[in-house]
Amino acid sequence: MSTLMNAPDQRRYDADVVIVGGGFMGAATAFFLRQRGRSVILLERGLVGQQASGVNFGNVRRQGRFLPQLPLANRSRAIWGRLPELLGEDVEFLPSGHVRLCYDPVHLDALEEYAKAARQLGLDLELLSQQTVRKRFPYLTHEVAGASYAPVDGHANPRLAAPAFARAAVRAGAKVIENTEIAAVEKDGEDFRATATDGRIFRAPAMLITAGAWGSLLSEQFGEAVPIVARGPQMSVTEPIPYKMREVFGVMTKIEREVVYCRQIPRGNIIIGGSTRGPAFPDIRRAYALPTSTMTQMAEIRRLIPAFGRLNIIRTWSGIEGYMPDDRPIMGPSGKVSGLFYAFGFCGHGFQLGPGVGDVMAELIDTGSTTTPIEPFQMARFAVPVAVAGGVDE
Amino acid sequence: MAQPRVIVIGAGPAGVRCAQTLVAAGIRPTVIEEGRRDGGQIYRRQPESFKRSYETLYGDTADRAKSLHSDFDALRSQIDYRPETLAWNVANSMVYAVKAGVSTPVPFDALVVCAGATDRLMPIPGWDFAGTYSLGGAQIALKAQACSIGRQVVFMGTGPLLYLVAAQYVAAGAKVAAVLDTSPFSLRIGALPKLLAQPAALAKGMRLVASLKRARVPLYSGVKLIEITGDAHDGVQGVVFDDSKDVRRTVQCDAVGLGYHLRPETQLADLARCEFEFHAGRRLWMPKVDDMGRSSVKGVYLAGDSARVLGADAAEASGRLAAFAVLQDHGHKVPADQVQAAEASLARIRRFQAGLNQAFPWPHAQAADLPDHAVVCRCENVTAGDLRHVVNEMGAQEANRAKAFSRVGMGRCQGRYCGVAGAEIIAQAAGVPVELVGRLRGQAPIKPLTIAVEDPA
Ligand SMILES: Cc1cc2nc3c(=O)[nH]c(=O)nc-3n(C[C@H](O)[C@H](O)[C@H](O)COP(=O)(O)OP(=O)(O)OC[C@H]3O[C@@H](n4cnc5c(N)ncnc54)[C@H](O)[C@@H]3O)c2cc1C
Repeated sequence: MSTLMNAPDQRRYDADVVIVGGGFMGAATAFFLRQRGRSVILLERGLVGQQASGVNFGNVRRQGRFLPQLPLANRSRAIWGRLPELLGEDVEFLPSGHVRLCYDPVHLDALEEYAKAARQLGLDLELLSQQTVRKRFPYLTHEVAGASYAPVDGHANPRLAAPAFARAAVRAGAKVIENTEIAAVEKDGEDFRATATDGRIFRAPAMLITAGAWGSLLSEQFGEAVPIVARGPQMSVTEPIPYKMREVFGVMTKIEREVVYCRQIPRGNIIIGGSTRGPAFPDIRRAYALPTSTMTQMAEIRRLIPAFGRLNIIRTWSGIEGYMPDDRPIMGPSGKVSGLFYAFGFCGHGFQLGPGVGDVMAELIDTGSTTTPIEPFQMARFAVPVAVAGGVDE
Repeated sequence: MAQPRVIVIGAGPAGVRCAQTLVAAGIRPTVIEEGRRDGGQIYRRQPESFKRSYETLYGDTADRAKSLHSDFDALRSQIDYRPETLAWNVANSMVYAVKAGVSTPVPFDALVVCAGATDRLMPIPGWDFAGTYSLGGAQIALKAQACSIGRQVVFMGTGPLLYLVAAQYVAAGAKVAAVLDTSPFSLRIGALPKLLAQPAALAKGMRLVASLKRARVPLYSGVKLIEITGDAHDGVQGVVFDDSKDVRRTVQCDAVGLGYHLRPETQLADLARCEFEFHAGRRLWMPKVDDMGRSSVKGVYLAGDSARVLGADAAEASGRLAAFAVLQDHGHKVPADQVQAAEASLARIRRFQAGLNQAFPWPHAQAADLPDHAVVCRCENVTAGDLRHVVNEMGAQEANRAKAFSRVGMGRCQGRYCGVAGAEIIAQAAGVPVELVGRLRGQAPIKPLTIAVEDPA
């Protein structure tokens, strides 16, 4: 905080790594860097895990992901199972099963193909016929044509996850500095320098940008702007009812409004997401739940589980997530600047990946390479034109 | 020029006077009211088939009630009245109004929120037992349905409503076991100069106290409330408190009416994205408004208790003023004398209310004494200890952060009943001023909304 002219430590390296952005990605990386004995400073503009990482749906889902991402998702899933022991805190992860279903029989082949390919990549899925779905989940609409089932995926509490990682990182010796907005990032000789809006300066020989939907605002300062678009997925939650529905359900479809998903927590509330995404306002750090989206979501969730028509929703919200044109995050080393790394733009599916991204980025920064393939997420891919794909949040 | 589309939310004193003023200027406002009938909380009308007289129902405010009701009846053909309709959200210059499971977007050029207030509550161990009501709730039970909340009722908390409700219960023939006021009597003396701004209101307050004394209701001032005793099966059985001389006392009862003044109902203002400011005197966050009720958002106006809790007469005046503000902002000429009259009466009432706040302060320091096992958020069953844990062990010092970690304010009431006291507990545990704790952000729907909700289209 010192602004003294003769401050003695102006040239001192503050840490081995400085991380800008205290979402799940930043917090998890800080934790795993400490596990590797690297000193680290994590800088967050507001409070840790307050943006996308704290307000998301909470799906810990692997199936349905871009196949080359499965090794990363698997690595993440393995860590999810060890969190209480790793962090000394529970973030309410329940591996209660995940059901991906479709209404349109033409999608059954796609589910089957996906399951076949996923098996090669270490994710076992069970295909469920229409009859089996009706028997196992009698409350689902009879419109369901079939489903694939991931027995050990599930859900967790997003409000707790990133802060729990940050606290564990602090206990392990990391510096987590909240309410600190970084205005400028640059490389200054061998070191990176992050300058806060209040003038404080943080230095390290390595820098990681984990600024979520705001990532490009920082990467562009290194000449690596990316076409990220901020959107606000829409969420709602019902009043509590007895805990019966263990699995997470999600609809696989090409029609945006049909994409709806839900999960119940042991406390009894049912959390609902999906259907249309709203606009987001990264400059004021807000995304609003839109009444029209709530209405669409209610109609679609009623269609999926008609009995929900008897429940009330008690709260709606949204959050700011960054989307890339190809629906894949930016993850890995900078294409231009050595010592600089990125992990942002997770396109509505970063919660499940959080622990894995932290582990992989720590490994990459610490050792210079990673045992989990992340080539498809290279920053450098934006050197060439990309195809636009339609994305699905969860 | 086309007339602006104006929506008035609430048909209490503020909403009725606002609608009336708009109609007089040739505008046909839409009036959205959650209840079945107009009148608001204070002049709540009984169901059509009930036959109690105005005098029985409203006592010495019978004339005011009658005038408000008959003026509203006269307006009915000149407004678009939508009773039993909840404005559950505001976005993009539309109010989303749900009635009988159908949500209709209603566009507006001007929105006047006259949504009133709810009780301000300070938790106490045992307040989650059946038989604990808010003072306002106890009053509504009596007014709307002619029901008492119990056979032997203790009223406790502080503020003028405490004495008013107790006196109304006595007048209705109910047994009031005690009235326990957390404010010491000496403060009332100190506040007299300000209270004299409205001599009639002051005299009325004194009459209420006198009527309680005549009925031999035990009255205690300067008490420290310890707990409501009882159990989950039989509900409330009594109240334990220390009197002003620190003597521990117990009163048997089967119901409790609890309250510490009111807090403005600000969710719609919040959803309309109005700016808020902290009022140190009341220790409350309230939407910013100018003297005529303009919020920080163009086209959004606030009147009555949902802007500032100043009571029914002020609500009528501020409802008129907000209508004048709407008219002015749409190029109408407004009668300067009427604006002045409304402003003058508001100024008087503000001074009187400042006196009431001085005489009956919100006992915020009690938050520090709440035992860890006391439930703070009744929807989610979060205790004072849980809240202190997220402050001390998880670093939460801000209201929404503490909500995220502990679930406080996450239930059906969305923190409307626990948020204010919750902030005091957080502030005290964190050792920071309560304004730094901030306020819980409003989230739609403002009340539970059925998933069966349909689009009219
Ligand atoms: C409503 C919603 C629902 C979702 N549902 C799911 C789901 O069910 N499953 C799933 O896997 N994923 C889901 N996601 C996606 C998931 O939440 C995100 O992919 C993930 O949380 C991204 O984490 P992050 O750390 O990259 O970003 P964020 O959590 O946004 O963190 C970035 C942080 O950087 C900070 N920051 C930015 N710029 C600066 C600066 N200049 N200085 C300092 N700090 C800065 C921000 O304040 C922020 O805290 C959802 C997203 C949303 C919004």
